[in-house]
Formats: sequence, structure tokens, C-alpha cells
Amino acid sequence: MNAPLLDVRNVTMRFGGIVANRDVSFSVARGSVTALIGPNGAGKTTMFNCITGFYRASEGQILLNGPAGPQDIGTLITRPVTGGSHLVTRAGIARTFQNIRLFKEMSVVENLLVAQHLVTANNLVSGVFRTPAFRRAEREAIDRAYHWLGEMNLTADANRLAGELPYGRQRRLEIARAMCTGPRLICLDEPAAGLNPAETHELSEVIQRLCKQHGQTVLVIEHDMGLVMRISDHVVVLDHGEVISDGTPAHVANDPAVIAAYLGVSEEEVEA
Amino acid sequence: METTRLLTLAKQALLTFTVSLILFAPISGLVLEGFSFRNELTRAVLLAAVVAAGRVALSLVGMTAIGRKIASKVAGNGNGVTVMTGTEKSPVVILVLIFLAGLALPFFADKYFLGIAILALIYCLLGLGLNIVVGLAGLLDLGFVAFYAVGAYLLALGAQYLGLGFWSALIIAPFLAGLCGMILAFPVLKMHGDYLAIVTLGFGEIIRLVLNNWLEFTGGPNGASVPPPTLFGLEFTRTAKQGGVPLHDYFGIPYSADYKFWFIYLVLFLVVCLVVYAVERLRMMPLGRMWEALREDEIACRSLGVNHVFTKLTAFMLGASTGGLAGVFFAVHQGFVNPTSFTFFESALILAIVVLGGLGSTVGVIAAALVLTILPELLRDFAEYRVLVFGVLMVVMMIWKPRGLVRIQRPAFFPSSEPRDDTAPLSASPEVAR
Repeated sequence: MNAPLLDVRNVTMRFGGIVANRDVSFSVARGSVTALIGPNGAGKTTMFNCITGFYRASEGQILLNGPAGPQDIGTLITRPVTGGSHLVTRAGIARTFQNIRLFKEMSVVENLLVAQHLVTANNLVSGVFRTPAFRRAEREAIDRAYHWLGEMNLTADANRLAGELPYGRQRRLEIARAMCTGPRLICLDEPAAGLNPAETHELSEVIQRLCKQHGQTVLVIEHDMGLVMRISDHVVVLDHGEVISDGTPAHVANDPAVIAAYLGVSEEEVEA
Repeated sequence: METTRLLTLAKQALLTFTVSLILFAPISGLVLEGFSFRNELTRAVLLAAVVAAGRVALSLVGMTAIGRKIASKVAGNGNGVTVMTGTEKSPVVILVLIFLAGLALPFFADKYFLGIAILALIYCLLGLGLNIVVGLAGLLDLGFVAFYAVGAYLLALGAQYLGLGFWSALIIAPFLAGLCGMILAFPVLKMHGDYLAIVTLGFGEIIRLVLNNWLEFTGGPNGASVPPPTLFGLEFTRTAKQGGVPLHDYFGIPYSADYKFWFIYLVLFLVVCLVVYAVERLRMMPLGRMWEALREDEIACRSLGVNHVFTKLTAFMLGASTGGLAGVFFAVHQGFVNPTSFTFFESALILAIVVLGGLGSTVGVIAAALVLTILPELLRDFAEYRVLVFGVLMVVMMIWKPRGLVRIQRPAFFPSSEPRDDTAPLSASPEVAR
């Protein structure tokens, strides 16, 4: 079980003539929190979209090591007729979005139930006649939804509209929804964006709990360096679409290339 | 204080009077007579005065406490969607009463009213079908009438060429219409919003034009006749025409042409009840939830592993099936079909029913279908202004209740660990209800 859960190998992503990611390679170890950081426009979200199957990488491979051996994300998307990004989620990669995408006019529980569509009884006849199997599946799904609501401290909001919730809770609800798909890897796209310090702190606890108690592997994009340094086991730094540093938080924080990318370099150093 | 109020009232009245005078003067003030016109401006002034008086009365009511309460109630539901608390009383009693009243209707109504009731129920069925596509799945379909036509022509042409009867058509129609829905939907479902609307609009017109121009097969504009319905070989005509026994002979009762309509009404009513039940269940089911989730956010759905194409396809097919069912009833009620019944205006009317009722709300759609079919009949006295009144009502509705007649309620869910009876989903434990 020493093989990394996710293995990104030499991925290049082009949009026409623009290269968003060039030859990116990194891996995500099982049960760890990996952070993907970098200045604005570094290609983090593009990389994320490749991993979660919203884009097909122009070159390279993204391998998810499941129980059935490694699976290439790219081939899932391009599979004829039935292919698409939904297969990536079914393979075990769930994600959240930078700008929250909840089903705003549905209740909180319903948001989580939609995520569990693979385990509920989707048969039309069984649902119309409420067969015992249908009821059992529904009950289990509702219980699982409540389990994750409890984990995210959202139980009191269960029967409210998702769009009514305060911003911070919407963020946590989105994580709960992604967890309801039963993922092997959860990708969080800037989960702390727009949160106040207290909410950010709560979020970091939630992420650490996911990792420690549930053995969940987490890949996170984040700008809040305090959060990144606190929660992550492994940090990958992107700049201009390339990996400039890769290692433990302490290693990355002291890497001159990272400091240069974030703060810029003084003129003497450029000339030197 | 009092004087400023009076002043604003006077201002309002004057403004209303002027505007309505401008409107009424050409419409009712000038009466055409051959090549010239007669001046009847006093009528216009009178009408404008009535309108202005009404405006003042409305303002006066609005100033009282009761008026304010009503106004806040009417305007108070800006959002239009609420989640049930789980403590609502189950509406079973009311539903049973409505069901019994619906069953008993033919014994009290005359033939004219029964005809309207049948038409209203057909539009209910159409509205429910389109509600699945537009209201739940959020796919704008402007050619829904095509599936209606498929159902109607299935019975007409099936009887002519294959000897299909009412019952066999009733069973085949949903499948055939669903198949048509699938054929249409499969290539176009990757499109979004407006593009999909245009494609479906085209499809609706194609079906109508084929029916109109394929003279040898469909009878073209001359239409095709539809055989009357039968019930276990019993016929509703005076003499048996389809090899059965006339109903009145069998039971030894005097002949009446009404029996056929009673029969159609009752079968239609039962089918509508079944469809209503199925649609209400759908909203609580994973499939229905996925449709609504797709309407809310397609990208998020994909990120949750929902196959958006297949999910949309099921919505399209189920909607089309319901439309096909409605078509069979329309054909058997009219006894004759031709392409003029399936114009774009019908599609627009069905869409109006869905939008007016509140996208996604079953009760709203039924209410809107009843209103929009019964209203034109009630307005027969104003025959010339019917469409005008109709339009004004629609505009007023959309201003006051843009989210439709009925506020949408989402079901509440509770974990199974709490003591509650699974057969009564509306009961809940008190500690959860807030």
C-alpha cells in the first residue's frame, strides 16, 4: 500500500497557444493532506480541473490507484458515449468549488442525498410503490447524510434551504456533500476563501478530523498560508504552470524559489 | 398630514384617469360606422372615471390596518420556496374529499360543463408532463405539443391501419411518445437553455408539418377520425359498430350520449390521479432529486457523479410519455384529430400553465391548468376581449407572484434513529421541529 493514491505524471495542459500547466508531476500519499499553492494565475485550478475530470490534460497521465489497480483519469473522460467527468467522481475523486456550487433551492439534506445517488434505489417503479428495498436504501442514505452533517456541525440546519445558510456553513456543507459520494480523494478548491479567522480555524479542524479519524486523503488549493502550514503534510508549489517546489511545509516555506515567486526578487539577485 | 394624503390621492386619481382615458378613448370612444366613425367619448370618460375611482378605493383600503396586512401577506413570499417543518398535518382528508368530488362530478354536471372538465384534466396532464421537463429538470421545451400530437395520432392512425382500440392506445402511447422524446433528446441534450428551446420548437413544428403534408398516411389537413372508446367490449354508441354490445342494451337502461363522456371523464380522472401521485413521489425520489439538482447546477451535479445526459433524457422521456397519454384522451374526446390542434399556441399555453403554476409545483400546475382552461369558457361573454383579459391576468400574475401561484414546499427528512413511523412521513418528533 505504499503506492501513492494519486499520481500526476508530466501533465501539460494547453488552451490553444497558452500553456496553463507545463510538465507537472507530483503525487498524493494515502491518508495525507496535500496542499497545492502558488500565486494567482499559477495554474492551480487548471490542475484541479484536470484531476477532477473537468478538463482532459493535453499530455501526461493522472493515475488514481484504486483497489483495482491504477486508473487513468483521462481515459475515463474520453470514453465514448458514456464517458464524462461524472465517471471520475464514481472512480473516487470528489471535489468542491472555488465559488460555492450548492443546490440553493433544495434543502440541506437533499443536497447530501443527491450526492448519494449511486447507493439509493433509483428504480422508477420501486420509488413510486415505495418497496421495502427502496425505503431501506433511502433510510440509510438519510442516516449517512445526518452522519456527515454531524461531522460538519450542521445538524441543526438539516431542513433548511441550502441557499439560506451563512457563507461559512455553505462551505462546510459543500465538503459534507463531497464526502457523501464516498470518495477516496477529496479535492478542496480554496475552502477558506471568504471565511473569517474563526471560521477558518473551524475549517482546519474539520479537515484534520477528516484526515485523522476517517483516513481521508485530501488535496487542497489554498491561499491562506497559515491554514496550509497548519494542516498539510505535503506542499506542492506551482508558479507559471510549473512545479517550483515540492516537500514538507517547513521545506517549502524556506525554499528561496518559493519566496521569490511570492515576494518577487530584488534587482541584484536577478542580475547575479 | 391629512392634506398631503389628500393631495397624493388626488394626484393618483388624476394620473389614473388620464392614462385610462388615453387607453379607452380609441378603444371604446370611437365606434366605426362604415367608412367613418361615431363619437362616443362619454363612454370612455365614464370608464376612465370608474377606473380612477377604483384606484382611489384601493389606495384608501391600503391605508387601513387590514389593507396593510393583506398587502404584506400578498407580497411577503419573495423567495417562494420553503422547507416543510415536518409538523404539517397530512392533507389526506382533503385529498380524499377532492378525489370523491372528482369522481362524483359527472353525475351533477351537464354535458357542456363535463366537456370543459375533460379539457381541463387533459391540460392538467399536459401541464404535469411539461412540469417534469421544465419545472423539475429545468429544460426549456417549446415543442411539447409534438408529444401530445403523437399520442392523439397514435390512436387515430392506429385504429385506421392496425385496428388499435382506446385501451391499447392508452398503453402504447406513453411508450411511443417516450421513444419520440428520446429520439429528439439524445442529440440535443448537450445543449443548454435557449438552444434547446429552439431545437424543441423546431421539432414541434416538424411533427405538425409532417402530419399536415403527408396526405396519404395521416389525411393531412382533413384529419383522421377516431373510434369511440369501449369498455370490456361494451360500446357507448346507440348501435354496436365495433363488434361489441352497446352499453345501454347490456344493462337495459335507456340510451344517452352522455355515457361516453362520463366514461372518458372517469378514466381520465383516474389517470390524472395516478400521474399526480407518481409526480409527487418523484419529487421525493432520487431520480426527481437529481432532476432538480440538474436544474440548480449542472456542473455541481457532474462533480457528484450524476450522469447529466442520461438524467436529462429520463426527464424528457417521462415528460413526453405524459404528453402522449394526454393526446390519447384528447383524440378520443374529440372523436377526430387534425393538425390545427397541435400548433405552437398549444405549446405556449402549456408552458404558461407550468410557469403560472410555479415551476416544479404539482398543486400549482393543476390549479393553473384548471384556471387557464375554465377561465376562457367563463369569459365567453366577453368573447372579443377574451385574449386581452387573459393577457392582462398573466401580466398581473407575473408581477405579483413571479414564482407562480403556489409556493413550493420541499420535503423534510429526519434520521431514522428518532422514533417515527415510516409509513407516515409527515409526522415528526417534537425536538426536531423548530
